[in-house]
Parts: sequence; C-alpha cells; structure tokens
Amino acid sequence: MAMLLAKRLVQSCLILLGVAAITFILLYALPADPARMLAGRSATAQTVENIRRELGLDQPLLTQFLHYLGNLVQGDLGRSYAQKTEVATLIMARLPATLTLMAAGIFVEVLFGLTFGIVAALNRGGAIDRIVMASAFVGVSAPQFVVALLLLYVFAATLGWFPMSGYGTLAHVVLPAMTLGILGAGWYARMARSAMIDVLNQDFIRTARAKGLSGRRVVLRHALPNAILPIVAMIGIDIGQFMGGVVVVEAVYGWPGIGQLAWQAIQQVDIPIIMGVTLTSAFAIIVGNLVADLIAPMIDPRIRSH
Amino acid sequence: MFNRWILTTTTAAVLAFSPLLAHAETPAQGGEIVVTYKDDITTLDPHIGYDWVNWSMIKSLFSRLMDYEPGTANLVPSLAESFEVAPDGLTYTFKLRKGVKFTNGREIVAGDVKYSIERAINPKTQGPGAGFFGAIKGFDDLTGGKSELLSGIETPDDQTVVFHLSRPDATFLHVMAINFASVVPKEAVEAAAGDFGKKPVGSGSLVLKDWTIGQKLVFERNPDYFVKDVPHVDKVTIEVGQEPLVALLRLQKGEVDIAGDGIPPAKFLEIKNSPEGAAMIVDGEQLHTGYITLNTKVKPFDDVKVRQAVNMAINKERITRLLNGRATAANQILPPLMPGYDKTFTGYAYDVEKAKALLAEAGHPDGFETVLYSTNTDPQPRIAQAIQQDLAAIGIKAEVRALAQGNVIAAGGTEGEAPMIWSGGMGWIADFPDPSNFYGPILGCSGAVAGGWNWPWYCNEAIDKRAGEADAMSDPAKAAERQAAWSKIFTDVMADAPWVPVINERRVVAKSLRMGGPDNIYIDPTRVINYDAIFVKP
Repeated sequence: MAMLLAKRLVQSCLILLGVAAITFILLYALPADPARMLAGRSATAQTVENIRRELGLDQPLLTQFLHYLGNLVQGDLGRSYAQKTEVATLIMARLPATLTLMAAGIFVEVLFGLTFGIVAALNRGGAIDRIVMASAFVGVSAPQFVVALLLLYVFAATLGWFPMSGYGTLAHVVLPAMTLGILGAGWYARMARSAMIDVLNQDFIRTARAKGLSGRRVVLRHALPNAILPIVAMIGIDIGQFMGGVVVVEAVYGWPGIGQLAWQAIQQVDIPIIMGVTLTSAFAIIVGNLVADLIAPMIDPRIRSH
Repeated sequence: MFNRWILTTTTAAVLAFSPLLAHAETPAQGGEIVVTYKDDITTLDPHIGYDWVNWSMIKSLFSRLMDYEPGTANLVPSLAESFEVAPDGLTYTFKLRKGVKFTNGREIVAGDVKYSIERAINPKTQGPGAGFFGAIKGFDDLTGGKSELLSGIETPDDQTVVFHLSRPDATFLHVMAINFASVVPKEAVEAAAGDFGKKPVGSGSLVLKDWTIGQKLVFERNPDYFVKDVPHVDKVTIEVGQEPLVALLRLQKGEVDIAGDGIPPAKFLEIKNSPEGAAMIVDGEQLHTGYITLNTKVKPFDDVKVRQAVNMAINKERITRLLNGRATAANQILPPLMPGYDKTFTGYAYDVEKAKALLAEAGHPDGFETVLYSTNTDPQPRIAQAIQQDLAAIGIKAEVRALAQGNVIAAGGTEGEAPMIWSGGMGWIADFPDPSNFYGPILGCSGAVAGGWNWPWYCNEAIDKRAGEADAMSDPAKAAERQAAWSKIFTDVMADAPWVPVINERRVVAKSLRMGGPDNIYIDPTRVINYDAIFVKP
C-alpha cells in the first residue's frame, strides 16, 4: 500500500509538471497579447510596453516558465494580471462553493444513477428497464443550460420553492445540484445497469440465490459490491471535472464556483488565473483517482493481492 | 485672457442637479438597492480599472479635481473649488475644496493629488491610462523609468496644485475628470500591499463596506461626502455572477433593482412590448460608433475608390434590425451625442449600383476575395454575415473569421494582417466627451503602429497636423472654433474612407419600477450608471 502511494505521488508530480508545461506553452502560443488586453484601447505603445515589462512578458518563454515553476514550488500561484490579487486568494475564495456543488452534485448523480441502474438491471428487458434507459439517454444528451433554465423557471421563478440565484443556504444548492445530478445520473444509471447485469449472471449470485437468501440481500450484499467498482472510478473522474468548474450551471444559478473564475480569465487572457485553475483541476483529478484507487481494494479484496 | 471659474458648494449642488429638477422629480433620500452583473468586478483601483462595469463604481468611490453634471457632458469643478488656466494654456492652477476627507478620516491635501497622478503614470502601477497624462511636464521621465516623480506638478501649499504642461492640451480638464485622475491616499495604497483594487479608500459618495469575491460587493453611503444630499441611496449591493436572463426574472419579481447587463436580445421585444416592461427599459445613447475598418496597407483597400465603394455597399438599416433596433445607422465617425457631430453631413448613401460602378472604375469589375474579422460572441458573427452578404452583392467574396476578442485585437494591430475588421464588441466608446478622443489612437498616425488600435493603418499627415493644432486650442474662448475644426477633420477623414461607420449602439439597462430619475442618469454618457444621482421613489 505504501509502495503504491509513493509511486502514485511521484506520478502525480510528473503529471502536474506536464500539465503546467503544456498549459503554459498553449497560453503563450495564443496570438492575443495579455499586455495589450490589459492596457485597453487608449493606451500608448509606451504604456503597453511598460505593462509587458512589469508582468515579465518580455522575458524568453523558458525564463518565464522556470520563474513560474519556482514560485509554484513555494506554493505561489502568482498574481492575476487584471485583478492584481493573488491567484491563490481568488481560487480559495471560490473553493467552498465549488466543493459544495461537487459533493451535492455527485450525491444526486450517484443516488439517482445507482437506484435506477439497479432497478433497470433487475427488470432487464421489461417496461421499467426501457423507461429508465430512455430517460437516461435523455439525461445524457440534454444540454445543461436547457435543464438549468427549465428547473430555474419552474421551481424558482414560478413556484418560488427555491431562490433563483446565489449561494449560502441549503436551499440555494438544491437546483444546481439537481441539474448536475439529473444529467450525470444518466451515465451512472447506464453503467450501474450493465455492471449489475454482468454480475447477476455470474455463478456466485446463482449460488447465493440457491442458498435461499432474500432477493434484497442478494442484490445489496452480493451483487452491488461487485458491480460498484466502475462507479467508484467514475466518481473519481467526476471529482476532477467538477473541480474544474461547471461553467454553465454556475452561470445560470449565479453559483460562485471556480468555473466562473476560469471563464472570465479566459476572456481576459489572464494567464496566471487560467494556469491556477487548470492546475487545481488537474490536482483534483489526480487526488480523485488516487482516492478511487485506494477505496477499490477496500471494496474488492481481489485487488488487494495484486 | 484669463479664465476664472469659482463655484461654491451650494451652487455646485444646484448646478449639478438642475437636469433633475427640470424633470420635476425631486430625488428622495434613502433606500437600499440591488444591482446585478454577469462578470465579477475585476478591480476597483481607479488607476487600473478600465471596463464599463467598474467604471461607474470607481466614479462614485473616488473624487477627482473635475467632474461632469449628472447625465450630461458638461465639465464642472469637483474636488477643486476653482481653477485658473494661464493664457498660453501651459499652466493649470487648481484650488482644492477645504475640509474634504478620505473615508479613512484624513483630510485631502494637494500632495495627494500629485501622488495620485504620479501613481497613475508610474509603470509599476501597470495602469492603462498613463498615456492620458502625456502633456504634463516630466511625463516621459516617469513613464520611461527615469524618475518616480512628475516634475510638472507643484504643490505650493496644501490647497493648491499647479500643473505645468509641455504642450497645450485642450482636453486637459477632461483628463482631470477621468477615473485615472482619481485621488487616493498613499497610506491606504501602501497598507493594501498591491491589492488596493480590492481594498479601495477614496473620498467619493460611496464607501466599499464588504466584498465577498465572486458573490457580492456592498457599498454604503459616505455620510461625509462633500456634496450635500449626495448620494441618495443608503446602500448599493452589487451581485455578480448573475446571468442576464436570470437577473431579468429577478428584476420582474422585485428582487433586483438594476440589471446591469441589460436585457438579453431574445427577451428584448417581449419586455419592450409588455406594458410594465417598457417602463423598466432604459435605452440610452452612448458615445459609441461601431465600424468596419478597411486596411489601407492591404490590397486592394489601398485604393480609396475601393474603400468608398464598400462604404456604399453596406446596408446599415438591416444591421440595426439585427440588433432589434437597439442601434441607429451611422454615417460619420463621431456619434451624434459627441460635440463636433455634423448634422448636415450625409456620408455615403447605401447604393449598390454606384458601389459596383466605383469598384469597376477601380479595376475590380468582378470584385475580389478578402477576409473579414469579427469577435465570436453573439450577435457579432451574425452582423459579420450580414456584412458578408452586402459585400457579395457587389462581387466581393469575404471570408468571415470570427475569433476571440484578444485574437481580433492582435490581428488588427499587426501590419498587413487583417484586411477588414467589424468592430462589434470592441467598437469605440469615448473615454471622455471630446471629439479628439475619437481620433488619436484609432485614426491618427501615432496609432498606426504594431499593437496599436488604428486598424485601418490610416495615416494622413495633413489631417494629423490639423488634429494637433485643434488640440492645442486650449483657450476656452476658442472652444467653438476648436469644435468646428474637429468636426471638419472627421468629415475630411470620411473622404479617405478608412472606415465604414456602421451603427451607433445604444446601451440598455433594465431597472425596477421603484427606481426614480431620468434615463440619462442610468446611462450617463460619462459614467454609465450614475450612483450619485439615482434614487428610490418614496
């Protein structure tokens, strides 16, 4: 276990370094000039040049990158070009909202996805199965902004059950989490269904049934733990995705998450923020997968021996 | 000739609110309002902030030597009580109002004005507005890093600031009224350690009480503001991250008082045609012109006949319809609200046949192929397509290249790169209401440089010389003469046709029914939302 962890840590650092390098090069390959964007329309050539020098953009690319890495190692993500505030401060300020939405979204996804996936698997080929799978298909393909606006219009604007926009109370998180949950549940339902069907056809399930165990116990104690591995891996990936921000849902519900920060930074060519958010997201994906890898052996003893 | 302009606090207040009084609606005191924006507020540092959202907040958070009467383009002294201009136009002497305090409690002295202007110019500030102060003596030393101080500003005593200019600058009083000339306390800037934009301290009508990043900003009334009974509202909460469509729904439910981003195009007609909605829409003219640049350094646009032909080929009325009528067709460079706009000028009328004939005369009877750049956010690509169709009608095959704003700006500032650019989303909005602001960076020779904003790469030296002469007429008695000179400069530029002036876009703000006051304080030509003047109906 310790060996695995150490190996993973080294891998993670290399991945982060790679992400940093690629993002950095891509951002600097953009034809848009951050100094020019920052200087606005009325700035003289001298002003633009001064801003470029103050930001260190006149240095060679490699010098800039090494400088960035040097600061990064010390935990310094730099200052935003447009806001002048520390990037770490800006990301930290949005972290609670991002984590809340991530947790709530994944909770709804998994709850709905697993429930419907299992129900569909147990009724394989039946009417319920067809209905669930058709709904899952709709969920997977529905555009986020349509679902978000629909829920907002019905439950907030018309019925007034939830606030339309903002962050802070439990009521605020319901609609954004439902939007993400409903859409994501489709993936989980499909995955849970096929995994369950695989497991339900195996010999040990037949044995369990033959032993006379109740249907409920067979499903929950014997089948589910065997079917859940891909779901856990998928949660690991989702953690990373949610940490990178769910721009559309955040925009519709005025949710102060990282996605909004990234979107605005991209428009302003605010390289330090884009770098910071990308690295945070990459870091979260790594951690998410690591956690998934660590949980897997606890669920499935077969993995432990490998 | 000596110009002397003295106003006491009371007359300033009366003067400042005469447009409101004329409207027969007396502003009521008190009330708390909620304003929404989609994007987070980048910074409230007055020497850095330069977008149309933070512009209005910075205006009310800080004070400057000069200001404008609400809703108008008329300059009045503000932090200055009076000022004098020397006959040669090279020396400006301002007397400060006595007893004005920063919101940290310290009284403002002349040294604060000097420090603030120096900070705005100092390269370390990374301020975009440094160039506005180019006429002050010692500017080159400060911006070139040779000095930390500006030799052209003297403070003989705590109430007096003297500016020495290296050349007469007729726009100097406007420059003293723009946000970059805001007065800031040095101790607060230093205490903020590089983050003054999030911890601003000024002497304006509002004070920043709280800023939750990504969520909201809370401004409260400055009880010690030096203009009596200003502002009228007690508290302004800015909620950010609010999608315009949702903001509009909340406005209709009474949760929001001003939807800062206006009304989404898809909803505009629905709201406008509803009985209650019409009263919510504030649709105001701004100092904006949207245009197509024709690159004079790229063939065949180096031929004036081709440029004129394109000017006749664009159906501007159709483009205003694409914008749901939120714009009017333009025939010249200056917008109608700008002093110097020539009402008698007709420009190039829409005439496809004449355009074709002119193109044939220029040696392109079958047209040619070219590229039209545009930004990629709605409705700009749709407008670019309309332009593309208009060009096709006279045989010009234009490929539309819709890119992110930064990339279009980069292409425009690269010599020989972009033959045509539709300026939508980046169109010129004046920094201050003076015609010269529509020339230098966008049509003058100095702007036709790499990374510049003169995208047609137009440089007519004779006109450049006349522009310099007009800007040297700083004697207020010659204001009319100067305005006429500028007016002629812009209509003469149109003979060279480096632009197709297409539309003057209006800004739309949506406000709740309880908000009072005339439209021009919600779309103030120099402030956008004028937080000093708006009020809640009793």
